[in-house]
Amino acid sequence: MKSAPFDYVKVDSVQDCVAALAAADGDGKILAGGQSFAPVLAMRLARPRLVVDVNGIPGLAAISVDDGRIGLGALVRHVDLLEQPHSPLLAEVAGWIGHAAIRSRGTTGGSIAHADPSAELPVVAALLDARMSVVGPGGTRVVAAGDLFEDALQTTLEDDEMIVHVDMPNPQAWGFAELSRRHGDFGMITVITALVEDQWRVCIGGVAGVPFRALESEQILADGPLDADRIREAARSAAAAVEVSSDLHASATYRRAMAEEFTLRALRQATTPTMKGVA
Amino acid sequence: MRVSFALNGRMEEIDVEPRRTLADALREDLGQTGTHLGCEHGVCGACTVMVDGRPTRACLMFAVQVDGCSVTTVEGLQSDDGKLHALQTAFSECHGLQCGFCTPGMLISAMDLLHREVEPSRERIREEMSGNICRCTGYMGIVDAVEQAAKQLNALNSTTEPPAGKTD
Repeated sequence: MKSAPFDYVKVDSVQDCVAALAAADGDGKILAGGQSFAPVLAMRLARPRLVVDVNGIPGLAAISVDDGRIGLGALVRHVDLLEQPHSPLLAEVAGWIGHAAIRSRGTTGGSIAHADPSAELPVVAALLDARMSVVGPGGTRVVAAGDLFEDALQTTLEDDEMIVHVDMPNPQAWGFAELSRRHGDFGMITVITALVEDQWRVCIGGVAGVPFRALESEQILADGPLDADRIREAARSAAAAVEVSSDLHASATYRRAMAEEFTLRALRQATTPTMKGVA
Repeated sequence: MRVSFALNGRMEEIDVEPRRTLADALREDLGQTGTHLGCEHGVCGACTVMVDGRPTRACLMFAVQVDGCSVTTVEGLQSDDGKLHALQTAFSECHGLQCGFCTPGMLISAMDLLHREVEPSRERIREEMSGNICRCTGYMGIVDAVEQAAKQLNALNSTTEPPAGKTD
């Protein structure tokens, strides 16, 4: 499996990247970590004329913390998330992405722009309603996660736009539970819960084309004290709301049962004082 | 495009097409066939090499991207006098390989783990080595080998004299 031929340009500024993409007129793609894009090229699922390597752009690998929010440059690698001390949730999530050799290259901006519904970072972005700073030929715009993900691998980004920064709240408490067959596999079900501004949020990945915010569950959690019954009810509600289908890997019934179980696990992790999601 | 980078401590300069993967460049252009290619899309781990000290799938990186980088492959593990790395010896002694196809990637991943963790448990070793697929050994020998190498490297470190003036 070898890529089709392409022209390669390594840019050293966001402006140059956007200009190169605009000049390619829809036939250019950004190369960041390449952990999803390189296989796409190798299998010739895409044959862009121009590949724009953004790894040399300075200033895009910073992690910043400010007033309960965390900011990630587009080139923050998964391994950087794993090793940073500011957000225990992001560190936990990063440990579930692929393997060490994938985490040393894969980037935050790339994972979100790729919008794989089974990937962990899009679920985090949807859960925390992350705000993406997106640069295009016309300037910078801010896109909320809810307006970014359209369908599996589909976003509202234009061909000549680039995510340069991701900003999200740093939750007060969190829970993470993922079902995958082997270490490092994409999750069949990924459930993340977080307490943000005293409101519980629940988001499920792997069950639909885009990460699914379980709004009814969130309402149940907001309606009263978080005892075992309420948590069970919220998990049941989330499982009832997900759209599941049968495929090679699991039946719809199994997926729904696991959506309930893993929502339960995430919520318990976030609310049990001895567990790691509780600050 | 011309690319120059350090390969196992020696500067190399090659002329490659942009679509040339690092793995193909190592094998075809530089004749360093220790890096093996299995799946060519990042799943099997056989082509794992170190790029600037981090483990990297050589099939998921283009050779043009390593310009100015330092790359270490399995050929760079042994010492200058030909003595094998503790990991290589341990893989041999513990039957951590049979056909040997996955071994170069296994060694690099294990080396990365032992750089980060001094005494990983068997569970941690399994977790960290899960990105490398072996179809011969059943993994027991591989876990044994990483465990043994960790012990040997720790023993080496503990017998090294501490710097003068340090009392703790």
